[in-house]
Parts: sequence; C-alpha cells; structure tokens
Amino acid sequence: MIDTKGTVVAVNGNMVSVRFDGAVSMNEVGYVKVGGKKLKSEVIRIRGDISQLQVFEITKGITVGDEVEYSGDMLAVEVGPGLLGQVYDGLQNPLPQLAAQTGSFLERGVYLDALPTDKEWAFTPVAKVGDKVERADTLGTVPEAAFTHRIMVPFGLYGTYTISSIKSAGSYKIRDTIAELKDEKGNIVPVALSFRWPVKRPVDCYEERLKPVDPMVTRVRLIDTFFPVARGGTYCIPGPFGAGKTVLQQITSRHADVDIVILAACGERAGEVVETLKEFPELTDPRTGRSLMERTIIICNTSSMPVAAREASVYTAVTLAEYYRQMGLHVLLLADSTSRWAQAMREMSGRLEEIPGEEAFPAYLESTIASFYERAGLVRLKDGSLGSVTVGGTVSPAGGNFEEPVTQATLKVVGAFHGLSRERSDARKYPAIHPLDSWSKYKGIIPAEKVAYAHGFMRRGSEVEQMMKVVGEEGTSLDDYVVYLKGDFLDSVYFQQNSFDAVDAAVSPERQAYTFGIILKILASKFTFDDKNEARSWFNKLRQKFLDYNGSEWKSERFASLEKEIESTVAERSKGVDKAAEKVLA
Amino acid sequence: MKKVYSKIESITGSVITVKAEGVRYGDLAEVDTVFGTSLAEVNRLENDIVSLQVFAGGRGISTGDTVRFLGHPMEVSFSENLMGRVFSGSGSPRDKGPALTENLITIGGPSVNPAMRIIPRSMIRTGIPMIDLFNTLVVSQKLPIFSVSGEPYNELLARIAMQAEVDVIILGGMGLKYDDYLFFKDTLEEGGALSRTVMFVHTASDPTVECLMIPDMSLAVAEQFALQGKDVLVLLTDMTNFADAMKEISIIQEQVPSNRGYPGDLYSQLASRYEKAVDFETAGSITILGVTTMPGDDVTHPVPDNTGYITEGQYYLKNGRIEPFGSLSRLKQQVNGKTRADHRALMDGMIKLYSAYKDTLEKKAMGFIMTAWDDKLLKYGDLFEKQMMDLSVNIPLEKALDLGWEIMASCFSPEETGLRTELISKFWPKKD
Repeated sequence: MIDTKGTVVAVNGNMVSVRFDGAVSMNEVGYVKVGGKKLKSEVIRIRGDISQLQVFEITKGITVGDEVEYSGDMLAVEVGPGLLGQVYDGLQNPLPQLAAQTGSFLERGVYLDALPTDKEWAFTPVAKVGDKVERADTLGTVPEAAFTHRIMVPFGLYGTYTISSIKSAGSYKIRDTIAELKDEKGNIVPVALSFRWPVKRPVDCYEERLKPVDPMVTRVRLIDTFFPVARGGTYCIPGPFGAGKTVLQQITSRHADVDIVILAACGERAGEVVETLKEFPELTDPRTGRSLMERTIIICNTSSMPVAAREASVYTAVTLAEYYRQMGLHVLLLADSTSRWAQAMREMSGRLEEIPGEEAFPAYLESTIASFYERAGLVRLKDGSLGSVTVGGTVSPAGGNFEEPVTQATLKVVGAFHGLSRERSDARKYPAIHPLDSWSKYKGIIPAEKVAYAHGFMRRGSEVEQMMKVVGEEGTSLDDYVVYLKGDFLDSVYFQQNSFDAVDAAVSPERQAYTFGIILKILASKFTFDDKNEARSWFNKLRQKFLDYNGSEWKSERFASLEKEIESTVAERSKGVDKAAEKVLA
Repeated sequence: MKKVYSKIESITGSVITVKAEGVRYGDLAEVDTVFGTSLAEVNRLENDIVSLQVFAGGRGISTGDTVRFLGHPMEVSFSENLMGRVFSGSGSPRDKGPALTENLITIGGPSVNPAMRIIPRSMIRTGIPMIDLFNTLVVSQKLPIFSVSGEPYNELLARIAMQAEVDVIILGGMGLKYDDYLFFKDTLEEGGALSRTVMFVHTASDPTVECLMIPDMSLAVAEQFALQGKDVLVLLTDMTNFADAMKEISIIQEQVPSNRGYPGDLYSQLASRYEKAVDFETAGSITILGVTTMPGDDVTHPVPDNTGYITEGQYYLKNGRIEPFGSLSRLKQQVNGKTRADHRALMDGMIKLYSAYKDTLEKKAMGFIMTAWDDKLLKYGDLFEKQMMDLSVNIPLEKALDLGWEIMASCFSPEETGLRTELISKFWPKKD
C-alpha cells in the first residue's frame, strides 16, 4: 500500500477537492478526516496535484486544510459466506448492526465489517496440497443456508498457483487462513474464507457466456405467458410513479424461480424498503420451506442517503450477484430504480461541471447503463456447471414518457420490456403492464403460436374498441363486438391478477398452462348472440365465474366445480370452434 | 474564537464571499449591515474563499460590512414553549412572543436507519371518503397534494389537519401569501388547534434564502416531538416554492443547471426532507402532508415529477375534488386489509366502474347513442361524484363503505360489478 496523503482545498456539496502528494488512482477510496471521524469517499477526477472526491456521507463540517488518507484500493466489497440474509447500504455496511451500534439515526463515518467475523463455518476442503489452481477454482465448501457455498481462489489472483497447504475439515472464521498458495515465483499467498473484489469490475471467471434460454418463472401470468424473462437475461419495467413498479418487484422477489434474490434499492422510499426488510424474514420460501430472507440480500439506499452511496449501490449489488453465480447458482438482481441511479450520476456530473448531454444527463449515460446490464448473463463455469445473473431494472421516467434518455438507453440493452401504463393503473388493471406496448425476446412457458393467437384478440379487441370510439357501439358489427368482448375477457381474467389474493397472487406455470388452455378454447369458440346487450351480459357472467375460479385453490373441489360451471356456461352458447384455431388448440 | 471579517470580496444576489480560514462547510455567520444583522450559511469553500448565503438577501450589503462566523450550523430552539408560536425562516419570532434560545438543536440531521423503522400500520382517519376509502392516509406517510394554482389546496390541508387525530401539528409555510398565512392561523385557532401547533412561516415578501430553512426547521422540531412519543403531522406548503428558491440560489452561484434550470440535486434535496417521515418503534411518529403546485397542471414538471418518486403516493386536487385517477396512497394496503373485508375489493371495483363511466361520458360527448349499459354507468358516475367525491362529505369509513354498496346496487346487477361472489352475497344490500 502506498502512503498518499492529501489536504482539502475546496468543498462543494458532496464533492471535495484535495491536494495530494504521491500517487492517486482513479476510483480509489479516500477518507476525509473531520471531527475525529473518517468519511469514505471515491476519487472521480484527477488534475495535476488536485484530486476530486465524491464523499459518500454528508459533508457538513469539513474545513479547508482537513487531512485526507488514501487507501490504495478501489471501492470494493467483501465476499464470502454470510452474505445471505444481510441488509446492507450501498457501501456494504450492515444496517441492522449499524443500528445496534448507533441507534435510530445513521451516524456518518461509521463503517462496520460486512461479514460476521466471529461466526464459525464448517469448512470441507475439496482441493489438496500440490493441486494447481487458478482464480475462482474451488478450494473447499461451507454450508450456507440451503446452499453449498464454494470457497474459491480469490478472483484477483491472476496466474497459476500451487496449493502449499490447506486446512482439514473443521470450523473456521471468515478471516482465518484456510489455504496457502504458492505463485510461480515462489511467493506464498494466504487465502481466507472471504476476500475483496472491486465493485466496478465485472467478475469474469467463467468459461463461456451462453445465450439465455430457460424461462425464469415469476408466477405473474402476464409475464410468464406473454412477456417472459429468461434466466441470465435482462428486462426493464418502466412506468410513471403509481403504476405499480414496486408491487411488481415485490411479487417477483418472492416468487421468482431462482436460487438467490438480491434487491437493490437505489434511492427508494424508506417506507417501502422497510416493508421488504421486515416482511422477508417472516415469509417462507415455498421451494425450501426456510425463511425467504435466507436466500435474499438487500442493498438498501433510501432516497435521503448521500448521492454517491446511491450511485455505488447497483455495483455492490451486481458484484454480490456475480459472486454467487460463480458457485453455479441462479441469481436474480432487482434494481429499483435505475432512474434514481442515473440521476445520481447526473448529480455527480453536474458537480464536476461536465458539459451536460440530453436532459442534463452525462454524455456517458448510455454506455454506463449498457455496461451495467451487460453484467447479467448465463455462464458455464470451468467445472461445467451453469450459473446465471438475471437483471431486472425498474425505470421511472418523468410523467411515464418512455422517450426520455434513461428508458431509451435501457431499452437498447434489455431482452424484455414490461411497460407499465398510467391508463391501466388508473383503471385498476394490475399488473399494469401494457399488453400492446410490451415485448420480450425470450421463450416463455407456453408455445409461441398459442400465445400469438390469444394476443391477437387483445390487439383486435383494442382496435374494435378504438373504432367504437369513432363510430359508436351501434356502428359496430356484432361479430366485431364479440371480438372486443373476448379481448376484454382475456384481459380481465388472465392479464389482470389480484396480488392481494392468497391464491391469485402467484400462479404456478402448470396452472397457467392449464387455465390458458381453457381460455384459448373460449377465444376460439364461435358464439351466437341475439344482440350486443345479450353478449355483454353473458360475458359478464362468464367473467364472474372465472374470477371466482382464479381465486380457488388449484385442483380443489371448488376449483373443479367452478370449472364445470364455466364449461357448461360456454357450452350454452358455443357453436363449435373457429377453423383457423384448430391447429393452435391441438 | 469568533473572528470578524470586514472585507466582503463579492456580492452576487444573496451570495457573498469573504476570505477566511478554518471555516467549516455548513457553518453559520452573522452579517452586520446598516439594515440590521442577518444570518448567513457557508455553502461553498474554495481555498480561503468562503461563499455564504445571506438569509436576508444581498440588497444593501456593503463590501465594508462585517461577517462574524458562529462556528456552528443552523440551529433551532426546541421546547414545549414552541407551542402556539410562529417563527420566520431565520428562526426569529413572527408573533409578539419572546425569542427562544434554550435547548438548541441542529437542523437537517441524518436519516433514520431503515433497519430501525417499523412497517407503517395505523390509519389516520379523516372522514373524507376519497381519502379514507380510496387512498387511506397512514401514520408516517409522506404525501403531497398535487394541485394547480387556484385550487383550494390550503383549505384541504387545513381541513385534514383539523380532522386528523394527531398530537402536534407543525406548519411549514414557504412563499405563503400573507392572506394564506392568516387563513391557517385563523382556522387552527378557531378549531382550537393552535395550542398544539408550531408554525414556521416564510411569506412571499420575505428573503428567498429564508424559504430554504423552513422544511428543515419544521422537521427538526417534529423529530424532537416524535422522539418524545408524540404523533406529529407536518404540513408543508408549498414545496414548489421551496424548489424555486433552490433554483434561484443555485443559478446565482453559477451551478450547472439540470432540468429546467433546477439544480442537479433537486431529487436528493427533496428526498432528504420527505424522508424525515417516520414511525419510531419505541417513540412517536412524523407524517408529512405537503402541497406541490404544478406549474401549468404539468405533472412531468421536475418538482411534481421528482416528488412523486419520493413520496408514498399523492392526492391530485382538480376542480375542487380529489381525483380518483392519479391519486394514490402507497401505504393503504398496510391498513385497509384490517378495516373491513370489503374495503379493498370495493375500492378497486368502484374505481374500475368509475373509469368505465368516464369512457361513456366521452362517448356521450361525441354524440353516440347510449346503450342500457351506458345509462347505468352514467347514473353511477353521477352518484359517485356527488356522494363520494365531494370534499364536503364527512363520514366515517364504515359509512362510506356501506354507501358504496348502496350506490352500486342502485345502478347495477351484482355480476356487472366484477366483484367476487362471496363478497356480493355478504354485502350486497338486501331489498325488502
């Protein structure tokens, strides 16, 4: 480590300018010493002997002449067993432990160990003395919650090493040396259960990156059936405030079919964050029967936390995601919201007095967003196992206008787009994902041609609806009107889902496929009605039964009897099936 | 060691610079001018050049005036003696009472650790159906009232304040018209609430910088009351004036402007105030209701836009009513599952139908023939607006729920409502 020292020469908001003596690197962490405290900061510009640092804390009380210590390290996180179930801020400070130490308020300048240092882990070696190893190779394992946590050669050790010693099976703490590695020059490197990795560098210790193919089931019908997300893929949820981004994220975080979920709140409302914080430990993971929190990590930066910490938070989150992917696990990272993160970037750029780009965002906005989403991916590891990081980011465009720079930059790099609409949320049609604007490039749980057939009714129904706005209901043919009713039926009983209903909130892929089959038949049926009033009231009746059906337990008695009622209601009016649909129904 | 500097290097608007050493970022200073003494705050340091925002503004400041650094940031006195009092943005009394100097507390303190928060759990009853039934206000919530100038937003704010069950009311007025200030004072006095109220008021004719202090002073005092176990309601009006004051100052200081001239940290600035809303596990709570006027009724304007992403919902005030569309209480689901079994379903069901009514209204305006269904919707929409949306309706939640069923039953058959059968069989009004 280099001993570089500096002194503050200027303070402007959360940015300080520091005259330094020695060598300073870009993104290096420095500490501003003020009133007996050290405030963590990051170097974001160097000019001559002046470095500019963004301070991750409130800068009140800093004086010209205050001392600055440079650490020689980039902003890094500590990775190792014990990450799961933690609640961190953007700098990996564990918030509950911080509360135990400093009380209700966040005191600045207090940094705690990210991982419990006194906890013992049951280590089992898998490598032996004399083995040649490279970065990310497994030295041994420890059990962590429901997973086998791999203890790996630190990712920063480039080159080939020979294991010169390794501990036998037993209990160790995260900072204990569990192995010693000898490099090609004969230097000995001790390795512990944990190590550090700089957050702004992607973890790249895999064999090959693959194309994401398997659907990541979210149990939201509209997503899984119509706009699916793939494991290792990326998707974004833009929408105006109040359109239901947060609820959608919460549902996904609970039900997504992945091993580990990492939630990154970058500048969100504390009232909502606390809901997740307090509820997760109480909820049971249906897959393992254990607490949901045991497979979750929360990176929590409320909107009032300093901007620089918010800017760092998505990187902290994605780094932890990549770390678990290295163990052959499937990880979902939900970032809420990437607009707040982009805004943090804008704020910093303004302080640096950079020439602003579109809507005052920095010129490098697009490339920064792209490189963040590119950290997602399905990979094959050196041992042949597969791991994935799926990234879902919400975007909060001003007034729900998707033309703005953050949404546009995000759309370029994601594989699925779940656009929320004000119009649908106003009409309480939840989830408010717009079925005509949204898209996905991934494969879902139901064959594409069936989905396309059903989606056709939504599209045509909407066309008829538009037409009716021009020519009136009386000017619309009965056939067209029935198409409109079918589209509306599909919308009300399949697209919309009641997130507060115990049964309807999360629907298994089996049930989705089953229900979708019934709906497909209804859509394909030829019905005869005397007039539009009769058609509407019949569809009202059918919708009523279907909503009750959606709320009944899968394969329960009630489920079966409601299904019979639906069938007989359909049989009342059905005069066979549309010829064109026979292939789809087969 | 209070050093006095008598060489002011530059004066731009309300910002002055002096050469000084050992000054800390955020500290206060006193500036003595021929018009009296004003506070000023250090908001930029560059080598030995210190920039200060003078609370009373720059008018009349002379380069020969003296600047005395106080060595501490902005503070406000906190004690029971605040009750019933009115202060200005610099903390001096607006009423005829004495200046308060005991127990000074620093304003703009740190955030509450999210891990120490509790999930919001108690409803604040207001007697207004558009709030209680459709967008329930919850203890510790931060909610703005989005409104166009000219709407009765201050009246609504005052009414909620009067009807809401809280221990302490703190009113932070920013750029208030003098008449509005008097309106609040009179209303709270008549309602007998003045004795549990503290007011920090900046009126439109006061210096701009003082406007910036109002939210922080209000919230610092609110926080102390909350820590003493009190449930505090903070009313902030108007936050757009606050943002405009920030814009004015930052442009004077030659900061690179962001959207529409507002400073780049508008979101952070607003957030650090709104995030003071909290429910302490072992103490009281702070609930924030703010007014955000929308220039030109434009919700994409930076102030309402940023506010919407910080706050836990919003009430849209339009044509003297709280609009069902756009209005939202994000925390309502924390409490409306415990009120009555039909609350959630009725809330959504009625809005869905109201939305259909709006479509019909549009069709009607275009001259289309109304179908039987349209006629039902028209009847429904009319009843809904008169009996639910009117702000003068003052009934308890349970009465409002019953009323909701009555309205629906008088217009529709049960299956036309889209509500589940089990609810209908329990709550649908029985005809004799």
